[in-house]
Amino acid sequence: MALLQVRDLSVRFVRKQEPTVSAVDGVSFDVQAGRTVGLVGESGCGKSVTSLAIMGLLPGRGTEVSGSVRLDGDELLRLPRRELDRRRGRDMSMVFQDPLTSLNPVVPIGVQISEVMERHRGMSRRVARGEAAKLLERVGIPDPGRRLKEYSHQLSGGMRQRALIAMALACEPRVLVADEPTTALDVTIQAQILNLLRELVAETGTALIMITHDLGVVAGTCDEVNVLYAGRIVESAERHELFAGPRHPYTAGLMASVPRLDTPRGNRLAPISGSVEDNIPWEDGCAFSPRCSRALPRCSERTPEIEPIEAGRWLRCHNPIEEHARNTERPHD
Amino acid sequence: MTETTGEPNSGSAVPDGAGAQEPADRPLVELRDLRVHFPIKRGVLLDRTVGWVYAVDGVSLRIDRGSTYGLVGESGCGKSTLGKTVLRLEKPSSGSIVLDGTDMSRVSGEPLRRMRRRMQMVFQDTLSSLDPRQSVESLLVEGLRAHGMDEGRGRTERRLRELLSAVGLPASALRRYPHEFSGGQRQRVGIARALAVEPELVVADEPVSALDVSVQAQVLNVLRDLQDEYGLTYLVIAHDLAVVRHVADRVGVMYLGGLVEEADSDELYERPLHPYTRALLSAVPVPDPEVEDSRERILLSGDLPSPADPPAGCPFQTRCPWRQPGVCDVERPEPRELGEGHRVACHYAESIRDGALPGGSAGTVE
Ligand SMILES: Nc1ncnc2c1ncn2[C@@H]1O[C@H](COP(=O)(O)OP(=O)(O)OP(=O)(O)O)[C@@H](O)[C@H]1O
Ligand SMILES: Nc1ncnc2c1ncn2[C@@H]1O[C@H](COP(=O)(O)OP(=O)(O)OP(=O)(O)O)[C@@H](O)[C@H]1O
Ligand code: SF4
Ligand code: SF4
Ligand SMILES: [Mg+2]
Ligand SMILES: [Mg+2]
Repeated sequence: MALLQVRDLSVRFVRKQEPTVSAVDGVSFDVQAGRTVGLVGESGCGKSVTSLAIMGLLPGRGTEVSGSVRLDGDELLRLPRRELDRRRGRDMSMVFQDPLTSLNPVVPIGVQISEVMERHRGMSRRVARGEAAKLLERVGIPDPGRRLKEYSHQLSGGMRQRALIAMALACEPRVLVADEPTTALDVTIQAQILNLLRELVAETGTALIMITHDLGVVAGTCDEVNVLYAGRIVESAERHELFAGPRHPYTAGLMASVPRLDTPRGNRLAPISGSVEDNIPWEDGCAFSPRCSRALPRCSERTPEIEPIEAGRWLRCHNPIEEHARNTERPHD
Repeated sequence: MTETTGEPNSGSAVPDGAGAQEPADRPLVELRDLRVHFPIKRGVLLDRTVGWVYAVDGVSLRIDRGSTYGLVGESGCGKSTLGKTVLRLEKPSSGSIVLDGTDMSRVSGEPLRRMRRRMQMVFQDTLSSLDPRQSVESLLVEGLRAHGMDEGRGRTERRLRELLSAVGLPASALRRYPHEFSGGQRQRVGIARALAVEPELVVADEPVSALDVSVQAQVLNVLRDLQDEYGLTYLVIAHDLAVVRHVADRVGVMYLGGLVEEADSDELYERPLHPYTRALLSAVPVPDPEVEDSRERILLSGDLPSPADPPAGCPFQTRCPWRQPGVCDVERPEPRELGEGHRVACHYAESIRDGALPGGSAGTVE
């Protein structure tokens, strides 16, 4: 059985005077130890809410979470708060989208990291301090001895993000959720951090959930990819399969609209028409149908269900791109 | 060291008509040794200058009429400052900005205002750069009025409709307010506003970095179509190299306030010479697992220098896998021309290109 099993996870935000927001709508996927699973999709499609739900970090009031999240078979969604906090420190950790708000500004970096190890790995303070220095070195922060004594505002954006990753690694988690861990960074530093995460997964067998809107990052780091649209998974596949031949029109549209470094200037991009504001509710049909160039009349009448189409591959679409079109539809070669 | 890099021979005096180059092949924009330094103030009244941020520190470049110049580089390297200074929204500390033959540092008052109409800016964050209480119509008309281009109701209205259709928005958008648009539509309103006064030069500072990829492509296509139609000249500032690769004819790579490499787009991407450019290009993720699995990456380590305290010698030496002690930390490399229109500021560019300098391989992994 998979280390982490997410089944039919749904999150609704219920607010007085405001329409209920169905942010995540029946999401299911598995993560095996030592594997990286990507969640991709545009802004607002539910990536962060999915990961916060898995970590049990959503606000309690006004939030309805349903479905199941199992770690090693244990249901996390129904765990008592204290037990969940304990497991979150020991078995699961998260690197957040915004590094500045998730570091404590008045506590030196070194103290923040070693506290995690004292609490969750039962180390003495002295040992934990030594380990913290090793961790900073590991994430590529020069002169770790000095940096340990510094506060978050004294570090550059890239160093802060690396400090956060060091903190997430401090308890040797079995599951690590990285929510856009490199979006705020320059590409040369991004490359360093992605490399670090790849090493971590390979060496320690950590299961990594990688959240990003960058298809390039997905192509280089994820084993399996889940493409989200308006809170639902629309396509899910092993990465080579997905990039070699996307079957869902939205996945294909995303790929065609990304300018690439390895294509000559002059190629016109093929954007997806419209924007998410044009979506229809999933209850009425396919949410993507107003923007979809392959839409059929039934797409705005009947909700497409997610179905397995071959081993390890899932699809939610009434009129998918044919399989034989795979290689001929590749944009450039 | 001072190989002049294709600059016209008259060093300082700016041609003002007679004897000047034909306007047709005169570059629209020419920057010569441009410097923009910000004072670092201390004291209760912030009245003591304790140092300087060398945001832009000696940049020379030219932008041909009708072309797109792409400026890339890491966060804080001075891209936005350079863009704003070209439009004189920031004052240069030294050096010159010549726009279509006019030295901008010497004009003021009415002539400056007239020049300003010819250059417009599109900002990254449209929500904060557009007044939320103004409808699109009043935003656009305001720009026209400011430059005395409001020519009566009928003609103005026709002009507005044209503008909106040029950026791909329906005429009904005129009565709506900025917050009622999606990010991509709002960015197009920002472009329409810049275009309203018929500029020749548009400085676009991160025009698509806040947008989702699918919408980003729509905006990039609009920019391209407008250039084809009106012969616009663009200075596009972006940290996304793939975006710049897609739009630019010529690309300048900035590092710590200076241009470290400059070449035509295809040349730069195919034959990068500067170690920083090489590291950048090797680090940009490509949405193709086959490419990602097989490519060589140059991973950098070392501290990022601060623009308030740039290292002596080469600005890139703190992270450069090829740095040579005794040279790189002593002498600042000036841009040199290696190959047609390809300028690079590195003492060892040839040896690195030919693989004759050890050291770089130590930084290459995978
Ligand atoms: N606390 C909340 N209350 C109400 N709605 C919320 C809340 N948090 C998120 N949402 C909504 O849920 C949806 C999904 O948000 P989420 O943050 O998961 O998006 P995302 O995919 O992470 O996007 P991004 O790429 O911009 O980070 C959005 O429509 C968002 O506005
Ligand atoms: N008005 C100012 N006063 C003082 N320092 C400034 C000012 N504007 C910019 N700087 C500094 O000048 C340097 C260059 O800033 P600039 O905004 O031009 O960088 P950039 O390349 O546009 O970065 P980014 O990609 O993050 O937008 C930075 O160190 C910045 O902090
Ligand atoms: S279900 Fe229909 S509208 Fe939705 S993606 Fe498939 S073809 Fe397009
Ligand atoms: S001059 Fe020296 S330090 Fe600078 S980029 Fe060239 S080799 Fe590297
Ligand atoms: Mg998010
Ligand atoms: Mg900027």
